Amino acid sequence: MSAKTLYDKLWESHLVQTDKDGTALIYIDRHLVHEVTSPQAFEGLRLAERKPWRVDANLATPDHNVPTTERAGGVKAIEDPISRTQVETLDANCIEFGITEFEMLDTRQGIVHVVGPEQGATLPGMTVVCGDSHTSTHGAMGALAFGIGTSEVEHVLATQCLIQKKSKAMQVRVEGKTGPGVTAKDIVLAIIGEIGTAGGTGYAIEFAGSAIEDLSIEGRLTLCNMAIEAGARAGFVAVDDKTIDYVRGRPYAPDSDQWERAVASWRTLHSDEGAEFHRVVTLDAAAIKPQVTWGTSPEMVVGIDDSVPNPADEPDSVKAEGMGRALDYMGLEAGTPMSDIALDKVFIGSCTNSRIEDLRAAAQIANGRQVAANIKLALVVPGSGLVKAQAEEEGLDRIFTDAGFEWREPGCSMCLAMNADRLSPGERCASTSNRNFEGRQGQGGRTHLVSPAMAAAAAVSGHFVDVASLINR
Amino acid sequence: MQKFEIFTGIVCPLDRSNVDTDAIIPKQFLKSIKRSGFGPNLFDEWRYLDQGEPGMDNSKRPVNPDFVLNDSRYIGAQILLTRKNFGCGSSREHAPWALEDYGFRVILAPSYADIFFNNCFKNGLLPIVLEEKIIDDLFRLASDDQALGMTVDLHKQALVIGDERILFEVDPFRKHCLINGLDDIGLTLQKIDAIKAYEKQRKSEAPWLFHGK
Ligand code: SF4
Repeated sequence: MSAKTLYDKLWESHLVQTDKDGTALIYIDRHLVHEVTSPQAFEGLRLAERKPWRVDANLATPDHNVPTTERAGGVKAIEDPISRTQVETLDANCIEFGITEFEMLDTRQGIVHVVGPEQGATLPGMTVVCGDSHTSTHGAMGALAFGIGTSEVEHVLATQCLIQKKSKAMQVRVEGKTGPGVTAKDIVLAIIGEIGTAGGTGYAIEFAGSAIEDLSIEGRLTLCNMAIEAGARAGFVAVDDKTIDYVRGRPYAPDSDQWERAVASWRTLHSDEGAEFHRVVTLDAAAIKPQVTWGTSPEMVVGIDDSVPNPADEPDSVKAEGMGRALDYMGLEAGTPMSDIALDKVFIGSCTNSRIEDLRAAAQIANGRQVAANIKLALVVPGSGLVKAQAEEEGLDRIFTDAGFEWREPGCSMCLAMNADRLSPGERCASTSNRNFEGRQGQGGRTHLVSPAMAAAAAVSGHFVDVASLINR
Repeated sequence: MQKFEIFTGIVCPLDRSNVDTDAIIPKQFLKSIKRSGFGPNLFDEWRYLDQGEPGMDNSKRPVNPDFVLNDSRYIGAQILLTRKNFGCGSSREHAPWALEDYGFRVILAPSYADIFFNNCFKNGLLPIVLEEKIIDDLFRLASDDQALGMTVDLHKQALVIGDERILFEVDPFRKHCLINGLDDIGLTLQKIDAIKAYEKQRKSEAPWLFHGK
């Protein structure tokens, strides 16, 4: 038998049927649901008088619209009436169709992509989908996970399957040891800087190499989260001891009578020796500096010791024009050292970087320091109620609030500014989220993507700075 | 879904690459729980000079005269011509809903983001991939004083401009669904036996995948 990639294995184990032209029906093991992309799908089911195929494969939680401030008043107290309707609609749909939901006031509520792995609801070897492009996150568990549109949400609800074509397989290898202050976020930004935001289009990306093996599961979740920013619908990492240790004991993990069998099957979830990829890209971990984006696309990224690039140095004219437009929008001059860029706001959170390790890394920098005077708002938004509780148990909330950060309730928050947390026009923000598109964090807002440690370093310095210089050794 | 039939329409040139779905339909409009009505807010931040919010009377808002959709040559355009990696970013299906609601039925670009590409077909929109060189030529033609008209013939997989024909590729399954206005769910539900057989086997191989709480 020929050597298989991890992608081949995940794909083949979920094939229900393949047509002559390669169109395949694949089975979906886990469907995560949130309030923004599901209402029209539930409405579709109702209109067609269809029922969910397998209720227990679904897990729902509201995240995009929930307020991150005081929640004692419950859903009824959500100020924006349209946000409130969406959250209420999700609650009502989950009750009507019998789907488990972690409602807004449940401590297990949070960003779907934080909640899934945290609960063990996303397991190695699964197919995982959600009406959200950052579903690629769950690939960190050795799963095939990807975002879908609302029609596909309805399709999965009704049939437990999706119609798909197999992607090509890409391997991104990161080899060697990373330097001080370099995290999974910096690795993935460097990868996107290398291959571009369309570099992974049409591919499923397997991340591999010693620097990836060295990452914790939380680091791998950050990495796979941004596979979509490289254009790939799915990104994943092979299963190893860390994956299995991470899953053990979680609420949705296999029961003890099935655990050994499950582990034995998970142990096969890696690419075979000699498996072939359509494309292989290799990066040297030691060459990666803490990264900061300067433009309006995640590929517009440089190391902290670099400067804002000059469009005049770009030979491709369409690209140069895009760079010029980005500089205009960002209000930046070519040649400005990244460390000279001053900030107005700092946001630590989102499905990319709101897990406990992210908060620890940021707290380590914030500890004993103060948010700089020019920073109008520095927000820390944990990814789930459980992350929040853990952080509070460790005293991280106090470290943040003592330093002048605001400590909030879990949700997407200023990642996309659908709730009240947003930038005003022209404001500049260091953000641990995943998208720096125009208007993403509020109309006219300017977003720079960084790691949690770099965001905390920027908050206490008032401008970007190499976090390595602030790490206490 | 409506059947996709041959039609002739005007081409609107949107000369930008990496147009993301946040730009196509900004997030504040995602709060609607309906599928329709997104057209007036298509490209909202580029199209209007003020900040758009749901529920506004769009006919009273100040429009950006420099944005191509507001150019009188392209009023009623049904074909959107654009650059590479169109539809990147968020998976929101509101993006094809907004394009379709506005009146677009075909998109021409050198490449698309995967999820967006997929979402288009589910909503009767046809995203066509053309070589960069052909796209360049079309941009030149479409930017003339006189708007460019084009006939889209999905059966023959051809775009017709005067006597000229540009052939394009399309996935046969997707073509079949578009032409016949078929809904994916209905098609999949014809395969109930195969799905049940798969489930049965999988349950015996990997029972832990079938434990909800
Ligand atoms: S945190 Fe941001 S990127 Fe993640 S699911 Fe929420 S809105 Fe999307």
